[in-house]
Amino acid sequence: MLPATIQGILTSSLSDGLIYAFVAVGVFITFRVLAFPDLTVDGSFVTGGSIAAVMIVSGHNSFLATIAAIGGGLACGAVTGLLNTKLRITALLAGILMMVSLYSVNLRIMSGANIPLLRQITIFKSIANFFGTAKSVILVIGILAVLALIVFMILNWFLRTELGLALRASGDNEQMIRGLGSDTDKNTIIGCSLSNGMVALSGALVAQNQGFCDVNMGIGMIVMGLAAVIIGGALFHPRGVASMLLAALGGTFVYRLFITIALRLGLAPGDLKLITAVLVVIALCIPYIQKKARHEWMPPAVKF
Amino acid sequence: MDTSKDQSLLQLRSVRKVFARGTIDEVTALYGINLDIYPDDFVTIIGSNGAGKSTLLNIIAGVFPPEMGGKVIIGGEDVTDLSEYKHATYVGRVWQEPHVGTAGKLTIEENLSLALLRGRPRGLRPSLNKQHRELFRSALAPLGLGLEDRLNTLVGTLSGGQRQALALVMATISKPVLLLLDEHIATLDPRTAQIVLNLSDMIVQRERMTTIMVTHNMELALRYGNRLIMMHKGRIIVDIGQQDKQALTINDLVTAFEQAAGEQLTDESMLLSHR
Repeated sequence: MLPATIQGILTSSLSDGLIYAFVAVGVFITFRVLAFPDLTVDGSFVTGGSIAAVMIVSGHNSFLATIAAIGGGLACGAVTGLLNTKLRITALLAGILMMVSLYSVNLRIMSGANIPLLRQITIFKSIANFFGTAKSVILVIGILAVLALIVFMILNWFLRTELGLALRASGDNEQMIRGLGSDTDKNTIIGCSLSNGMVALSGALVAQNQGFCDVNMGIGMIVMGLAAVIIGGALFHPRGVASMLLAALGGTFVYRLFITIALRLGLAPGDLKLITAVLVVIALCIPYIQKKARHEWMPPAVKF
Repeated sequence: MDTSKDQSLLQLRSVRKVFARGTIDEVTALYGINLDIYPDDFVTIIGSNGAGKSTLLNIIAGVFPPEMGGKVIIGGEDVTDLSEYKHATYVGRVWQEPHVGTAGKLTIEENLSLALLRGRPRGLRPSLNKQHRELFRSALAPLGLGLEDRLNTLVGTLSGGQRQALALVMATISKPVLLLLDEHIATLDPRTAQIVLNLSDMIVQRERMTTIMVTHNMELALRYGNRLIMMHKGRIIVDIGQQDKQALTINDLVTAFEQAAGEQLTDESMLLSHR
């Protein structure tokens, strides 16, 4: 009895961890690599889901629909980057403006608030059909693991290229990298775009896995991604590109493990966002409390 | 025909800069600067606070453009309206603070790799390879700081002097036509400052690099370079070439300042800084 429960907790944390890991990787790219606090995520997650849902319902191939969803996310992030670099709107505000306007855009894409995908051929069902089996948790985990590996390998390669290194430098020392001849505006736009492409991929996969897309399913996605990145950073102390990406993946799994256990302990699903937010608040204020305890000074938090 | 004009590497024409225009804080930082810098020049620029030295360097580096009508020409190309990252093709710069010229969360080799691609498109090739590392080692070895054996060290863990030496190598490794040293030893302790200064001189001599060094320190301005420019309140008030410069003393400079500016030299930091 007990092993079955543990097995259940582990498989559900693993599949959720893998499916939301793309959000964590997206948040990692903006927050950690670019030092750009991008809140577009809550909107672009649903944009990915709704593009995939609409295309699948209208009879398109689920792979094509998923790729189109990534494209939609890339475009969302590019607009956020443009608002920040070309119109000089602060990163936080640019993200909030995008998050809000994408809510309307997503309603338009879906022509409503919700699209059911229950009897549709999703990416999971078409792969299950290919192997001649039914869709199972293990199969979903397998598919997601392969996808996560591919994304990991691409990003691990990209962040070490000349362009990828310039992106990382933009987040570390923008003045320096501009002085070395790299267009920091372009770097910001590429980074935001890439990040939201990952987020939209996650949205498309979540919609197909749960069997529907809902306009509200992105609420709190940014906080969840942040929680995963922070947990990953605290647990694994990553140094270098590969380990930082792996920490984001591992952080998502540990975060989902918390959530799954909390749910099994009888917490209402509606409480999860509060718990996640509290988790992030605790993680963010630890450095300040530590400094306070050592009587060290810390500057006030930036307002913008 | 004026041939010298064709040869000059950097031409500034009627370069003016006004900050906070139209407000009560409006200040003119530069009044119509005209300046020609020639290949292999090592120019030292001296002046007290508010003289316009930093504004001048920022305009050369493209951080902001001059007012309408001003021109910045580097190597024959009009770069007045190009953005800062495009100026970087021609201009290498070392800032006052070591952390501005280097990226602390990246390794030494990653920093150098970024610097190596100055002015070239950054694509999807791997940023590091064996040849790069060999090049980096041979560029770092002459510093005598042992950095060549620590390519994989995070730059944030280096001392200020080490970081500034690295910043110097980064500013020069891709051989830009113009090197700007912006009070680059001002925040270092005297011993480290001397080391970084000697390294600067060594690299400038070896690469025969056209250099502009801004400093607060009269003695340094006299000791280094083949030409000395003194600025005051947004204008160039003294411009002395090699021959006159060799015989020059600090007292001559003070006198020259007082004649040109028509006032007493009161900036103590300029008089007293005999590092």
